[in-house]
Amino acid sequence: MFYFENRQIVTPGDLLAEGNYVAGNNTYKEGVKIYASRLGLVEYEGRTVQVVALNSVYIPSVGDQVIGKIEDININAWIVNINSPYKALLRANDALNKPFRQQKDDLTRFLDVGDLILAKVIAFDRTIDPILSIREPGFGKITQGQIVKVSPAKIPRIIGRKASMINMLKRETECKITVGQNGVILISGPSPENERLAILAIEKIEQEAHTSGLTDRIAEMIRREKGAGQ
Amino acid sequence: MNEKIKLIDENGLRVDGRRTNELRPIKIEVDVLSNADGSAYIEQGKSKILAAVYGPREVHPRHLALPDRALLRCRYHMAPFSVEERKSPAPSRREIELSKVIRQALEPAIFLEKFPRTSIDVFIEVLQADGGTRCAGTTAAALALADAGIPMRDLVVACAAGKVDGVLVLDLNDLEDKEGEADLPVAYMPNLGAISLLQMDGSLTIDEFKQALELAIEGCKQIYKMQKEALKAKYLAIKEEVNSCLQ
Repeated sequence: MFYFENRQIVTPGDLLAEGNYVAGNNTYKEGVKIYASRLGLVEYEGRTVQVVALNSVYIPSVGDQVIGKIEDININAWIVNINSPYKALLRANDALNKPFRQQKDDLTRFLDVGDLILAKVIAFDRTIDPILSIREPGFGKITQGQIVKVSPAKIPRIIGRKASMINMLKRETECKITVGQNGVILISGPSPENERLAILAIEKIEQEAHTSGLTDRIAEMIRREKGAGQ
Repeated sequence: MNEKIKLIDENGLRVDGRRTNELRPIKIEVDVLSNADGSAYIEQGKSKILAAVYGPREVHPRHLALPDRALLRCRYHMAPFSVEERKSPAPSRREIELSKVIRQALEPAIFLEKFPRTSIDVFIEVLQADGGTRCAGTTAAALALADAGIPMRDLVVACAAGKVDGVLVLDLNDLEDKEGEADLPVAYMPNLGAISLLQMDGSLTIDEFKQALELAIEGCKQIYKMQKEALKAKYLAIKEEVNSCLQ
């Protein structure tokens, strides 16, 4: 038995369903009862009951693409702030294309404090801090563009179902948009005006993430803004 | 010694005109601070309290970090201007105790084990005190936690009951607390039916205690409804705005 309508706002402790159901994200099960554990939108899909959170921190997960900032340098690794409760480690061997020689190589020559990087999480669990890698094409130091920060909970909405939202954004604003799962987004476009449009759109998505028909409304807004700018 | 103040008049009404089982007017707002991860503001009668939550975040100092769960830290503090006579801003014995009991009232509601080696910091600032601040502080802190997106088993809601002039009353104000016979603050998780804080000062018979506890839980359930509405208000407002734009 369901106690709410699909996509209704629920608060922690709300009884969502009772019976033979599976507790999905942001819910917990006690006996046959499923309760919400976060403020969010409830979704009933088949036998699964889940809550799409409206706000959360970024908890790293292996395979995630993230954008981080170099905060400190050790003898053979960089400490990276990835907008998460856990500091990430980028080891020299996961960054350089040649073997790292401690006596000869100076890490600051490759990445210095304050640099932004696009990286992939290659290891993380409850006991160790996340480890990053930039040894893949497209990853590494970020040299141009603008950064927007959003709540990590809103990232799935910015990407959209089957990447519909992000593809629309790229098409309409003609910008290159790189989404970090940690809530940091890199935008680089042909002109500052295009970048401004993309940032405006992303901020609107974050604000209105819990409403429906968002993709169409955002597309309309961008077209309107483009018309006004000319 | 001056004559004892009459707390309940001949019509059975209290000093502020309330009936015995009536709460003070309550106003709750969520997400009032932009720098905190989650925040809430509550006005319960003349008590005004601000709560802010930071985290889960890195633990400082490092050695306090727990390997299997998050560290919950709580600070209850009264502003120097919150009471008639200026209060020293240094934490008093009472504030240290309240910080601890509020932390313990919130702890069972939070899934701390989901964020090992991190800390969740709760700050409760009493801007104006008129009794029932530990309860209102707990209520606001639970909202701030939910607003910060921290996974919880249930919201925590708190309310006091007590005895003044020989009558059991709900939600005591400062005068009733000081002049009355007993005060019984209760923190409650309504969906789980669990009590996470229970204190008493003064004296009650066992029967009176049972009745007072029931009265306090009734009060908690009323506040719980307002708590949930406040939490949803921000998002429902945006939703409505969007809908009205479409029409």
